[in-house]
Amino acid sequence: MSSGVTQTDHSVESLKLNSVIGPRKFGIAPRRIQARKGWVGIDFRELWEFRELLAFRAIRDLKVRYKQTVFGVAWAIIQPLLTMIVFTIFFGRLAGIDKQTTIAYPVIVFCALLPWQLFSYCLVQSSNSLVDNAHILTKVYFPRLVIPLSTMLCGLVDFCFSFVVLLLLMAYYGIYPGPTILLLPVFLVLAMIAALAVGLWLSALNVLYRDVRYVVPFLVQLWLVVTPVAYPINLVPEKWQWLYGLNPMVGVIGGFRWAMLGESPPGSSIIVSTLATVLLLIGGLFYFRRMERRFADVI
Amino acid sequence: MEDVVIKVEGIGKRYKVAQREAYQTLRETLVRQAKAPLQWMRKNREATEKKNGYWALRDVNFEVRRGEVMGLVGRNGAGKSTLLKILSRITEPTTGHVDLWGRVGSLLEVGTGFHNELSGRDNIYFSGSMLGMRKAEIDRKFDEIVAFAEIDRFLDTPVKRYSSGMYMRLGFAIAAHLEPEILLVDEVLAVGDTAFQKKCMGKMDEVASHGRTILFVSHNLAAIQSLCQRTVWIDGGQVAGVGPTRDIVENYLASSASKSDTDDLRERQDRTGDGTARITAVTIEATDGSPVLRTNSPMKLTITYEAAKPIDRPRVWAEFQDYASRKVICAFDSQINDELPGELPANGKVECLMESPRLTPGRCFISLGIFRNGHTADELERAISFDVEPAETASSHAMTRQWALTDVPHKWRIGE
Repeated sequence: MSSGVTQTDHSVESLKLNSVIGPRKFGIAPRRIQARKGWVGIDFRELWEFRELLAFRAIRDLKVRYKQTVFGVAWAIIQPLLTMIVFTIFFGRLAGIDKQTTIAYPVIVFCALLPWQLFSYCLVQSSNSLVDNAHILTKVYFPRLVIPLSTMLCGLVDFCFSFVVLLLLMAYYGIYPGPTILLLPVFLVLAMIAALAVGLWLSALNVLYRDVRYVVPFLVQLWLVVTPVAYPINLVPEKWQWLYGLNPMVGVIGGFRWAMLGESPPGSSIIVSTLATVLLLIGGLFYFRRMERRFADVI
Repeated sequence: MEDVVIKVEGIGKRYKVAQREAYQTLRETLVRQAKAPLQWMRKNREATEKKNGYWALRDVNFEVRRGEVMGLVGRNGAGKSTLLKILSRITEPTTGHVDLWGRVGSLLEVGTGFHNELSGRDNIYFSGSMLGMRKAEIDRKFDEIVAFAEIDRFLDTPVKRYSSGMYMRLGFAIAAHLEPEILLVDEVLAVGDTAFQKKCMGKMDEVASHGRTILFVSHNLAAIQSLCQRTVWIDGGQVAGVGPTRDIVENYLASSASKSDTDDLRERQDRTGDGTARITAVTIEATDGSPVLRTNSPMKLTITYEAAKPIDRPRVWAEFQDYASRKVICAFDSQINDELPGELPANGKVECLMESPRLTPGRCFISLGIFRNGHTADELERAISFDVEPAETASSHAMTRQWALTDVPHKWRIGE
């Protein structure tokens, strides 16, 4: 089977063709591959190199999501709306929590549902992202962080749609946002950080311990109760606020309500919460990077 | 100093047994941790790893120079894919290091990361960026890729509607247009029809001629011989040989034919036949007392066999094959002159005597088989190999294996 290339000495030819590639690269430092021990930092430069891949993956997820579903965009709106209605009836009216809020209960709930949906969606998606992409993890190299990161865009887009509905809802109840709305991006970022942080932990753990996948839905359920979605933060007694604040979403939702509705400014719980979120993220990043080297072997 | 582009030094990869088998569950790990304090756990774990760990690669060393096409051969499970994975940074080595001068592109699978719902066009961008191409680069090469893959009419159809041929052509087209300095290719030619394989080979040839360095893993030894100047042979996780392709492939083939035990063929699994008889050993020797088989040696082939009961209406055949071309040099059949008795004892030997096979110097394989009553009892392809040396009195112009497989005595003279 010959394709015109003989077995004879190629070295002369390749010497000639070196000029095609360029001058001989003396003194260029090679890239070294070897075992890494212990904790590894994040290679930002590499992430930047692969930014286009991140964008492609995120856009692809978006396209696929909206291409196939019947509801598509509508789902991003129906879900929080329905939840809000159900919560209003059962927690608000029947359980009487709506007596504890100064602003209309449905608005309080819907306002909290936005970051909550972002968080829970991103959490579920990113926790399964590595395992679901097992086939490419074993075939191509790129920074593994790209995978859970790319799941965030969809959640963000959903958020935008429901945000519009929130504004409409607020207008209906005659509530107009004050200057605090300028702080909204801050808390939005905080919500994404919280989602990413938990997502990183869970996605890495999921690769190593496959039963984590089954724990996640349960975790989300419990987390919803522990988060002030159906109730205001001051439901929790003052002396326990600091403990309560360890939940990252407490800070996010408290901040959201403050930004959008001009509700009570943040207390100690929100400060604790923000700190907890940041620590969770840093921990998550380091854990992810440390476990990264084993992904392709274990998955 | 030669321009080295890939330098592999002391590379080893150990898999902890637990990793390779079922994944762990959190529950199991927690229970284990709860049962023992942390410190003791660590020591215990390291001890178990040493005991149970399995080394997929061990002390691998070789170099690849710029512009070289280096083949990588070895049996299944020898560690070739693991080595490529390490070079592609998909998995980390346990010991040693690799130095790479230049951008690396890996083609470990055709159609990496294709998403079935997306169109061909979207997948080109998606897969291309995953393989390391910038969007601008993909834009530039887009038309070339489409032309190579021959999918212009189907660019906007979802890839799940593509035929398998189109799918593979597209996958290869994208990877083939990567322009890394170093290209790693893993058995891509194993899949696909002949047309596809031809295209792949042609493209790899083209890439090589531009001075890029390629490391090519394949079981297709003809392709390896055609494309690669040098080859690395990996066996059982270690380097069994590095050197000119012809020599390495020859050694590799010889070893697969006669593994650890040259004569005991009892254990060989790759045989055909109904199994009512079994060839257990094959030897070939020169009958003129020479310790070495030469072109002019008379030879004797001895076949030892065993069977449950005597073999009636036996027929034994053997053939000598040239290793490179797999062509049959000569064949021997007991049926031709009906020389064997009507029944062979259940356990015994059969001999075949050849006065002058006149084989040209080189390596040969022996394939053989036993028939019982018209049915194939046992058949072995390439049971053993042997080397033929030139005759002691051979001239410098003696016939070589390059030209012919046998050296028939002849005489030239002026016509009368």
